[in-house]
Amino acid sequence: MSGTWMTTRAWLLMTPLLAVMIAVIGWPLVHTVGLSFTDAKLVGTAGTFVGIDNYVRMLSSANFQRTLVTTAWFAIVSVAAEMVLGVLAALLLNQQFRGRTALRALMILPWALPTVVNATLWRLIYNPEYGALNAALTQIGLIDGYRSWLGEPGSALTALIVADCWKNFPLVALIALAALQAVPRDITAASLVDGAGPLNRFRFVILPYLAGPLMVALVLRTIEAFKVFDIIWVMTRGGPANSTRTLSILVYQEAFSFQRAGSGASLALIVTLLVTLLALAYAALVRKTAGRTA
Amino acid sequence: MERRSPAFSIFIHLCALLLAVVILAPLVWLFVMSISPAADLSAKPLRWWPQTVDFSRYGLLLSTVANSAGAAFTASLRNSLVVSGMATVAAIALAIPAGWAVSRTPSTGWSLSLVIATYMLPPVALAVPLYMGLAALGLLNTVFGLALVYLTILAPFTTWLMKSGFDTIPREIESAAMMDGAGLWQTLRIITLPLAAPVMGTAALFAFLLAWDEFFYALLFTSDQRAKTLTVAIADLAGGRVSDYGLIATAGVLAALPPVLIGFIMQRALISGLTSGGVKG
Repeated sequence: MSGTWMTTRAWLLMTPLLAVMIAVIGWPLVHTVGLSFTDAKLVGTAGTFVGIDNYVRMLSSANFQRTLVTTAWFAIVSVAAEMVLGVLAALLLNQQFRGRTALRALMILPWALPTVVNATLWRLIYNPEYGALNAALTQIGLIDGYRSWLGEPGSALTALIVADCWKNFPLVALIALAALQAVPRDITAASLVDGAGPLNRFRFVILPYLAGPLMVALVLRTIEAFKVFDIIWVMTRGGPANSTRTLSILVYQEAFSFQRAGSGASLALIVTLLVTLLALAYAALVRKTAGRTA
Repeated sequence: MERRSPAFSIFIHLCALLLAVVILAPLVWLFVMSISPAADLSAKPLRWWPQTVDFSRYGLLLSTVANSAGAAFTASLRNSLVVSGMATVAAIALAIPAGWAVSRTPSTGWSLSLVIATYMLPPVALAVPLYMGLAALGLLNTVFGLALVYLTILAPFTTWLMKSGFDTIPREIESAAMMDGAGLWQTLRIITLPLAAPVMGTAALFAFLLAWDEFFYALLFTSDQRAKTLTVAIADLAGGRVSDYGLIATAGVLAALPPVLIGFIMQRALISGLTSGGVKG
């Protein structure tokens, strides 16, 4: 069969997918770009062309800058904690002990729990009047009185990060565990014979096997953490006093609560650009890591 | 194998116990809340185990009596099943031809890369035009409209999984069938698709889980029992003025059951999928 016919046939077979993708992703994205240069409202007026006004206004607003810091903090702290806890859990699960298979199976549970159910569960745990966290800490004697964990700007973001970590570190653990099991036995044995201590063994023998899969997990988790919406909407809606408002929540408020489709669109594209830059930076890093360990 | 000192062995077991408690405690508490009488949940000091076990909330939520809390819940359960089911079937139907084409004709691979790169788009970047488009087509607050929008998330993912699956099936098997006179369609139907069935199953389960979990689009594009999904119904319960926390917990348990069961069933597939993705980068 000729190469041209093969290629034509391939494109024909891909047409349904590409047509749907253009309809539900391509066209909306182009439309968002168009909207971002207008002062359009969500319903009614189509809006008039205002140039880059929306972008200038959004980028220079204190709201945006504060939200960017909140989002970056949420993403950095939660992803870093998930990576560390995930690797530690994987190292543990790679040891021999009774009940190891059962514990490994349990790690699926937080991953499978729907995000909204997870958020609701932790909202109940943090409840200021009847929550389990308040009850447990008071009964142990760690705090004197019940606190409003999600109601105080000082603790709300941390409480959210804990809830997010609990759901996501088991996934990192499963990825890291699969990578650990690919480390050949004789290499670890040889390093023992050579007298390598536990830290050196982790750094020079085990880490090279973990680096690739962990980088992928890091990229995916960071992109998701930057786009975070569900868990925050259900637990705090961005409050109290906007202390947990992330970029996606801000776009939602601008475009849907205040119905300012134009400036909401410009804000959404700024977020998209940030996530893309982040992904590109990571991709460069992945290539470097791969080059070093190969 | 390394010999372990007794102290190290005890340390490992303690860590394992701690990990098990961290994973299980919130989940067990969710279940305990769902079967505790309301008075126990608002008692101070809090009662950690109910005096009398009370399963009545499950009956309440699953009842279909008109205008009850159950009617709203069962409607959202049905909507979630219908939307996730439709979106999954459509995503697999799009993924099979496209995944096979890219697998057999690598020169078209860039288009799939482009489709997969859309993963970086935050849903808020598409939400306003999708809202306007659905409104213009009269598809706001319908299960069909929501399933269509879910293809933005599901289709890139299933296509990528199917393509990786087809990559593992040797072309030689297909050429042999074609040499014997089978046409393209026959070859795919008799040879390739049966061999790709396990991957198709995994892709379908993953897609279903993604759709079941979705919240943002459902929040925006549905407004009542005709299309509201479980995730929105639960967020409504959690954010509303429901005074019985046990009822919220019960809704959570019911919504979590299908994905948790699927998670256990496909544990092996999930982990191998994660690893292959990780290795290929």
